[in-house]
Amino acid sequence: MTDDRPHLAVIGAGPAGLAATVAAAAHGVHVTLIDSAARAGGQFYRQPAAELNAGRPQALHHQWRTWERLKDALAHHVEAGHVRLLTDHHVWLVERRLNQWLNQRAGDADRNAFTVHALLGPEQETPAEVRADAVLLATGGYEKVLPFPGWTVPGVLTAGGAQAMLKGTLAVSGRTAVVAGTGPLLLPVATGLAAAGVEVAALVESADPKAFVRRTRALAAQPGKVAEGAQYAAQLLRHRVRLLTRHTVVAAHGDERLEAVTVATLDTDGRVRPGTERRIACDTLAVGHGMLPHTDLAETLGCRLDGIDVQVDDEQRTDVPGVWAAGETTGIGGAALSLAEGHIAGRSAAARLNGTEPDPRTWAPAAKSRTKLREFFAALDTVYAPPARWTDLVTDDTVVCRCEEVTGGAVREAVDGLGAGDIRTVKLLTRAGMGWCQGRMCGPAVAGLAGCELTPSRRPFARPVPLGVLARAGEPESEAEPE
Amino acid sequence: MNSPLRLADAHPGPAFTVTLDGRAIEALPGQTVAAALWTAGVTSWRTTRGEGRPRGVFCGIGVCYDCLVTVNSRPNQRACLVPLHPGDTIRTQEGTGHDD
Ligand SMILES: Cc1cc2nc3c(=O)[nH]c(=O)nc-3n(C[C@H](O)[C@H](O)[C@H](O)COP(=O)(O)OP(=O)(O)OC[C@H]3O[C@@H](n4cnc5c(N)ncnc54)[C@H](O)[C@@H]3O)c2cc1C
Ligand code: FES
Repeated sequence: MTDDRPHLAVIGAGPAGLAATVAAAAHGVHVTLIDSAARAGGQFYRQPAAELNAGRPQALHHQWRTWERLKDALAHHVEAGHVRLLTDHHVWLVERRLNQWLNQRAGDADRNAFTVHALLGPEQETPAEVRADAVLLATGGYEKVLPFPGWTVPGVLTAGGAQAMLKGTLAVSGRTAVVAGTGPLLLPVATGLAAAGVEVAALVESADPKAFVRRTRALAAQPGKVAEGAQYAAQLLRHRVRLLTRHTVVAAHGDERLEAVTVATLDTDGRVRPGTERRIACDTLAVGHGMLPHTDLAETLGCRLDGIDVQVDDEQRTDVPGVWAAGETTGIGGAALSLAEGHIAGRSAAARLNGTEPDPRTWAPAAKSRTKLREFFAALDTVYAPPARWTDLVTDDTVVCRCEEVTGGAVREAVDGLGAGDIRTVKLLTRAGMGWCQGRMCGPAVAGLAGCELTPSRRPFARPVPLGVLARAGEPESEAEPE
Repeated sequence: MNSPLRLADAHPGPAFTVTLDGRAIEALPGQTVAAALWTAGVTSWRTTRGEGRPRGVFCGIGVCYDCLVTVNSRPNQRACLVPLHPGDTIRTQEGTGHDD
């Protein structure tokens, strides 16, 4: 790059990464925005593939105008040469050259301190590298699903996955769906499927509506969010979606294909009330129990975590110099919070890369909405919780680790029989978490069954990497190549 | 009845043919392997290494690896990510998809 503006690599083109990119580019920084998807947008603004030629993509979205604003600003900066957008780039490692940071002066010495390693295309075999002076992690999150008998039957999928397939490819997996679990994501999923012509037989939410009433103060502080909730409620009514609160799916039935689910009522202790089970016929179960942040890249960079979230300061800086983080990677809180955090991170990074002290007054509105939204989601978190006794549903022959097909019985044997008290020991004894997904799917379940906190498992890379790519990654000549 | 394509007022280019284990199925430009298979009424396309159980899409975003499939003789591709092109051959896969 002949450009002598400082260079920021933003990883993730969801609400957080887009807001950060636009803010940094507007303040004199060259940005490379990198995302594994074929188009920018992330989970919330996921777009149908261009070739599907959708005349009304907004039919599947809310807050379309914000997306249009971001998309136009991005296009403007790309055209002006301030931003390079790299889609179809799966980042597997971000490398930091420590000495360059130790010698840093605000100006030149920190140049190219980071190398972002990516794999191209859906096949992810061809490597690519991006050098940057600083990085901003906006990698979002993925859905948490707790196991129950039958959750591996085809037709059972994550609620977000049903949404992603619908928004991105305009495809649905069947005719009759049940949407179940807990959390605010279930609402857009149920209404989205219904609008797309799927019969949504029920929305099964384990939370108790009474808990909302106890939380009215925090909720009332966000009238916009309450109105959003009311809109969803009206849509559920219009599509005649039955809402079953304080209910849970206890089993999914079918062999090659889902045929029905059994739901039951929960008592106040979060236990299934015996005798309340009933069967609902369906060919799709979209199920989710909340979200987990993607923190692999932050961890390999050595960023401190706060529980399972990347820890950031008021400017969205991690504790590693030159690394910012924004959006759901720093804690789950929805698209609006991601936008606010991204904006702040982008402005902070721009100021610091230009060698000036940022002035927080310039992002005061974003900081205010960040505070409010964090409070709001903290309150929601206490309301939307999986049934307290969900582990009761995991029978000994329920598969817990989907990749390695480790059962509940095997995990219990490791815990009760062999004394395993943490995820790592269960993994060593049973292989739970050693498969393709590296414990992303079974982590929460294993932690629950072992009676321990979910701790992030240390993964050397954010993506599986072909050996040939690894062999070439450290070659000196590839380092000398100017970006 | 409404459909996602109708809801989004989508007008994709003409459908093309790909094969699933030799059987011709139609795909639309821009569809991933998973989307085309779902549209053809197929929701499982591999069996697990251990128990030989059927699997299809689970996370829909490339995280879980449940949807692995063989595309143009290349095993272990994630059906939820890989876009289709005319003439592509999809094969359901058993275990790792390798002949071991
Ligand atoms: C499947 C799914 C569907 C969802 N649908 C909705 C919805 O319809 N409505 C709603 O209100 N909320 C939805 N959510 C919640 C949503 O995550 C947030 O509201 C919001 O999108 C978070 O913004 P973000 O910018 O933090 O992250 P995201 O929007 O998740 O964006 C992160 C981006 O980073 C990219 N990325 C991650 N890791 C890498 C890597 N290693 N290399 C390259 N790129 C990478 C991803 O491709 C993604 O584009 C969904 C969540 C999931 C998991
Ligand atoms: S469905 Fe999870 S990786 Fe494709």
